[in-house]
Amino acid sequence: MELNGADIVVRCLAEEGVEHVFGYPGGAVLYIYDAIFKQDKFKHILVRHEQAAVHAADAYSRSSDKVGVALVTSGPGVTNAVTGIATAYMDSIPLVIISGQVPSHAIGEDAFQECDTVGITRPCVKHNFLVRDVKDLADTMRKAFYIARSGRPGPVLVDIPKDVTVAHCKYAPRRGDIRMRSYAPVVKGHQGQIKKAVQMLQAAERPMIYTGGGVILSNASAELRKLVEMTGAPCTNTLMGLGALPAGDRHFLGMPGMHGTYEANMAMQHCDVLLAIGARFDDRVIGNPRHFAQHPRKIVHIDIDPSSISKRVRVDVPIVGDVKDVLAELLAHYEAASAEPRPAAALAKWWEQIEQWRGKQCLKFAESDELIKPQFVVRKLWEVTGGDAFVTSDVGQHQMWAAQYYGFAEPRRWINSGGLGTMGVGLPYAMGVQMANPGAQVACITGEASIQMNIQELSTCKQYHLSPKVLCLNNRFLGMVRQWQQIDYGSRYSESYMDALPDFVKLVESYGHVGMRIDKPADVEPALREAFKLKDRLVFLDFITDQTENVWPMVKAGRGLTEMLLGSEDL
Amino acid sequence: MKHVISVLMENEPGALSRVVGLFSARGFNIETLTVAPTEDATLSRLTVVTVGSDEVIEQITKHLNRLIDVVKVVDLTEGAHIERELMLIKVRAVGKEREEMKRMADIFRGRIIDVTDKTYTIELTGVQEKIQAFIDALDRSAILETVRTGVSGIGRGERVLKL
Repeated sequence: MELNGADIVVRCLAEEGVEHVFGYPGGAVLYIYDAIFKQDKFKHILVRHEQAAVHAADAYSRSSDKVGVALVTSGPGVTNAVTGIATAYMDSIPLVIISGQVPSHAIGEDAFQECDTVGITRPCVKHNFLVRDVKDLADTMRKAFYIARSGRPGPVLVDIPKDVTVAHCKYAPRRGDIRMRSYAPVVKGHQGQIKKAVQMLQAAERPMIYTGGGVILSNASAELRKLVEMTGAPCTNTLMGLGALPAGDRHFLGMPGMHGTYEANMAMQHCDVLLAIGARFDDRVIGNPRHFAQHPRKIVHIDIDPSSISKRVRVDVPIVGDVKDVLAELLAHYEAASAEPRPAAALAKWWEQIEQWRGKQCLKFAESDELIKPQFVVRKLWEVTGGDAFVTSDVGQHQMWAAQYYGFAEPRRWINSGGLGTMGVGLPYAMGVQMANPGAQVACITGEASIQMNIQELSTCKQYHLSPKVLCLNNRFLGMVRQWQQIDYGSRYSESYMDALPDFVKLVESYGHVGMRIDKPADVEPALREAFKLKDRLVFLDFITDQTENVWPMVKAGRGLTEMLLGSEDL
Repeated sequence: MKHVISVLMENEPGALSRVVGLFSARGFNIETLTVAPTEDATLSRLTVVTVGSDEVIEQITKHLNRLIDVVKVVDLTEGAHIERELMLIKVRAVGKEREEMKRMADIFRGRIIDVTDKTYTIELTGVQEKIQAFIDALDRSAILETVRTGVSGIGRGERVLKL
């Protein structure tokens, strides 16, 4: 069957089971949009800015485990999308981004809306392609999906010149799997290494399990829960890994790192065997690597990406493979070998120590009748939603409070930009989550600064009847910047005050949504209940919060993981 | 320590820029880099000479392997191997210098491949140290121009880097 390039793009998307494409049209993609007009396999969601298209596709993927798809035009369409692509890349989210390009003959001539898309995106994609011939188009699209979702996932961009979308060639539906001689990710872990890890774990007196986004991406939450149960070891989930182990589980120590709990950080430092799973010893997680390495402990590291292993911290037992696969093997070996005597007394002593650390109650905060405490809002959200909502956040203090106080019970419920730390993701993330999970409760925890970085998406929400509840923790400051300035820069609040804020209630009402302004603690819960009753409306809750609140505990940048400030009294 | 890393990769447009981009983005060092298609026109062979601690070299090879276009990576320095670099050097050759220059080229087993009244152009092949030694042996003012290919390397014996 002869098809033009645009129709081939549409066919390939349908072939991959794509149901939603987030995008924005423009000159170079007009043939593709024409093909979209004539099909009914997937729905296109018209965003208001290309950055939001990629963020929405990203959250769509994070919350559903499907590959997210975004479609943008050449030049500014692509450059606007770059922040979204880099955000997904840092958190290993599988996306396929299709970008239009000027016609082949015009490439390199500084044509209208031309940019070197492959060059600009190269450092922030898993891979990218420039399609030069329509005959390669279907194959390239299939490779893009395969690369995006396999191995360590990531965004893949396919750049398609306009003439390729109108040229014709024979199209045949996909048959069989994609094979590439240069790309074959390792899935199965090395048996010998897995056995070594099991021996180490069984002999451990002070074991600790530390898991990251890899457990979520690999859908290995069930395996992790079983492992924790079987070993009786304490477990911490990073910002990217929250929900892998239910926050209510007694083995769960909270999040580690810069704003992690006292008990998680202490256990990370003082364990004798650390099992790291799908985590990458990020600077925000382990602090100063030299300080971290001071304490002698054996480290087992399971990761699908060999380059993540021994990057910042030397490990003793590296295991390269898919987390789910490796954990299943590890569990089988653990069970088979459990006749070995286990140092039960030592483990009990370790837990005693951990409970002592836990007794510090590092997340306790002073409640107030006068001022709304941001932590209080997050806790109330948890109560009102039964701990069962999808929660997206932007970046800053509110992000940390959401991570610390929501208490996620399931994976893929907590959607945030962990690696790149992109302000402005919250609202488009909520859109993507809701498209992938219609009927689910979706909350976006944001701040008055972050929300303004993609506030135009209120219009998209209106068009597609999206109804997330937006919780704006409005402290009239770039809160995290202010916190650092208070602690490290002599309270000189350079450019961190958010002056000239809009009246958010009026603003969202002008888009046809519901707005509420809440400035008393007693009104927080009733407002949340009312908002979630309005199931099919976007409700924007502008919480006027305590301006001086800081995120605790805190490990200052460059410091050791156990050099924690637990509150302002430690300053 | 100096390492010679050989990379077999898809002969695709942009593949080289992925390698170069990786080195600059992650702050790795490139001393020399050479690349050309192999006997199989769909594959390119790239040799990069880099300097770094064992940890850095481990990261370099891991990151090279992570590139989708890269088929195979070998650190030649890990085993017995042969390195060669080619230099073309244009030198001043006037009067009694002419004979002297020819003798120097002979000593280093270079070949004079172009001649004018005032200059010789010499082709010299060898390990980097030999080429450097030749340059050091000449009077600096006699050197008019040099161009070096960078190191190419291959494993010794029956060891091959192939698909």
